[in-house]
Amino acid sequence: MTAAGTAVPAHTHVDDRPFIRKYVFSTDHKIIGIQFLFLSLFFLLVGGLLAMGIRWQLGFPGQAMPLGGWLPEGVAPGGVVSPKTYIGLVTMHGTFMIFFAVMPLLVGVFANYLIPLKIGAPDMAFPRLNMWSFWLMIPSGLLMTASLFVLGGSSVAGWTVYAPLSNTPDYTGVHLGQQLWCLSIVIFGLSSLLGSVNYITTVINLRAPGMTWFRLPLSVWALFITAVLAILAVPVLAGAVIMLFFDQTIGTHFYLPASGGQPLMWQHLFWFFGHPEVYILILPAMGIVSDIIANGARKPIFGYVSMVWAMIGIAFLGFIVWGHHMFQSGMNPTLASAFMVSTIVIAVPSAIKVFNWLGTLWRGSIHFTTPMLNALAFVSMFIIGGLSGIFMASTPVDMYIHGTYFIVAHIHYVLFGGSLFAIYAGIYFWFPKMFGKQLDERLGKVHFALTFVFYNLTFFPMHILGLGGEMRRIYDPTVYDYLKPMQPINVFITVSAFLLFASQIVMAWNIVRTLARGKKADVNPWHDCGLEWTVPSPPPHGNFETTPTVYHGPYEFSVPGAPADYVPVNQPLPAVPEGRR
Amino acid sequence: MHWWFPGNASSVGGKVDTLFYVILYITGAVFVLVEATLLVFLVRYRRKSGRTAEHVEGSTRAEIIWTAIPAVILVTLALVSQPLWSKIKDSDTYPRNAVHVGLEAKQFEWHFTYPGPDGKLGDDDDFMKKDTLHLVVDRDYVLEMTARDVVHSLFIPAFRLKQDLVPGMDIRMWIKPTRTGTFEMACSELCGLGHYRMRGVVVVHTPQDYAAWLVSQGAASAADSAAAGLTPSGKGAP
Repeated sequence: MTAAGTAVPAHTHVDDRPFIRKYVFSTDHKIIGIQFLFLSLFFLLVGGLLAMGIRWQLGFPGQAMPLGGWLPEGVAPGGVVSPKTYIGLVTMHGTFMIFFAVMPLLVGVFANYLIPLKIGAPDMAFPRLNMWSFWLMIPSGLLMTASLFVLGGSSVAGWTVYAPLSNTPDYTGVHLGQQLWCLSIVIFGLSSLLGSVNYITTVINLRAPGMTWFRLPLSVWALFITAVLAILAVPVLAGAVIMLFFDQTIGTHFYLPASGGQPLMWQHLFWFFGHPEVYILILPAMGIVSDIIANGARKPIFGYVSMVWAMIGIAFLGFIVWGHHMFQSGMNPTLASAFMVSTIVIAVPSAIKVFNWLGTLWRGSIHFTTPMLNALAFVSMFIIGGLSGIFMASTPVDMYIHGTYFIVAHIHYVLFGGSLFAIYAGIYFWFPKMFGKQLDERLGKVHFALTFVFYNLTFFPMHILGLGGEMRRIYDPTVYDYLKPMQPINVFITVSAFLLFASQIVMAWNIVRTLARGKKADVNPWHDCGLEWTVPSPPPHGNFETTPTVYHGPYEFSVPGAPADYVPVNQPLPAVPEGRR
Repeated sequence: MHWWFPGNASSVGGKVDTLFYVILYITGAVFVLVEATLLVFLVRYRRKSGRTAEHVEGSTRAEIIWTAIPAVILVTLALVSQPLWSKIKDSDTYPRNAVHVGLEAKQFEWHFTYPGPDGKLGDDDDFMKKDTLHLVVDRDYVLEMTARDVVHSLFIPAFRLKQDLVPGMDIRMWIKPTRTGTFEMACSELCGLGHYRMRGVVVVHTPQDYAAWLVSQGAASAADSAAAGLTPSGKGAP
């Protein structure tokens, strides 16, 4: 089962594991990363399909969906989305996208695949825990998917499942669906924790000789900090969800005021997790993009050390801003003021990062590869998402835009314009390493251009809807006279969203075609400095023939006097004349 | 074609709008500046034969500048926002002579309790209206709000006001309408399957119209005392 015809180096293990241990119940971090990739791409598709249902109803309220006649009468009577189905779509779109698509794409895929390869380790510190972290995602995903089909339907309480709407079946008619949601999230939390323990331990203990903390690529820094965030935030979610589950099943009243419970307690606990979660979803994206921008600009990252400290700052502040989701919740207004200040302050490290990316491009030699284009899209879209966040941070302005489409626009500028473009950048960048085949650059650029255009046409107009006062999560905006004039915007968004969805077929086709008969990838197609590019594509079990030694930082591009415009981290920098460095 | 804020009709709306525009101009300028810089760099520093990237690792001075400037702007924004926020939401600062109106939200309905002719809530002459809030222009009101079942959120776009109603909590919100007319209200916190149709209206009257409305409610005698007791100077409330 070794690579065809090549001599097996003494140090790597002879890979004679049976198929099931090699590709199914694998403990190899690379296989686990690839498993996460396909699982989360599947859920990305599911989440996207649900979004299409939401958009149909908002664009054409009360009209029969195309193919809607195929759906059961109880879901879409006469092909028309029912109010219950609509809120179910909204709830499950958010749930699938956050927990089963974007988070595992960033953390499950890139943390697993990249950390050991980038720090020069043969595998994770706890390979078996790592296998568990993937295989727990299967029952978690199955339970969540099953909740769509059970009697009473899926949860209809929004992805934030605010109590008492979520914990009292009488208010929605949903029993089992919400319980399955809770169970699924608890298992998801376990998976996330097992992964995080592993990433933290691996980065601390398994760095190759010479790989000091401040020689770590920013992607590894970001994934490490993210794991710390997850390990502190996810248990709070799990605890809150377990209490919610008890409220539904065994008659406790943690969130019911009639018997001493507190609806606001759910909101505090949820957002104590939920806001760090936002940074769990953006920090790895920042790390990936930093690696790719340095590579694409052929320059070291501008201000590497401040980039690291900015991420640490964001992570720390990320734990004391949760109250900004609750400015209008009935929380004490003075407490809201404190959260406003912390929220405003967290914009500073985010701004530092943007300026440092610009500084990296300055006087570079920019190669517009597909990964680079997606990374640049991340930067330009994150600027919009970051700036729109300032409106919400200001408590009086938030009073008007809270709970409107302005928020929906903001979250999609950060999560799609931000995280998803970074994920695409990462997939295009590391695909050749993962599969040994090079994705088609032309198809990649077509996919990028279509996605970038239709993404903006879909989400930018949502700012206008929000300023016009359109609420989120409403089934039919035309119920309100003041919203009726904006209905053409909703139609426009819906058409754009359909085209955005269709544009993703280009990427799916590119992946399928490349896997089937793609061009064989070079060991280091992007001329990058990272350790992962010093081993074959795909790397063998155990990664490195001999433990590599690291001589310098991760972004030594265009070093004066070097033979090429990059110096791999396992090769010393060229000697420089006195006074130059 | 109305694709922007609904026209303001409350005492705080104008200030909220001003703050919004201040943030819009600042962020708008930053947006143009930063995205333009990005585009210029992308064109100017694109790969060209005969030119290589310059090995620059950073600049402490540049970083101090672009840390300090956003920090100053942002902290100023927080300082500017704070007094307006306290004025709107801190119930200790509400006008003493405001008329108190009760509001209980339940799934898909707003139940308002009016204080009756004596201007006091919680006694025999109180009366209730569903989904309609009748107010007198330029008079201070405090809504005493709670929810019977789940969390709701009162959103009156023309007033720029939003406040959640939480079961088990007594939350107060100050309202002072500045323009007569009929304005829509909505629920902006997902509250169940009928969330989208939890619609109500605020009718803002002149004092005379309000008195007439009270009469039309079949409370003629009540209206007399109301007109006497609830003058625009707000003497009606204790």
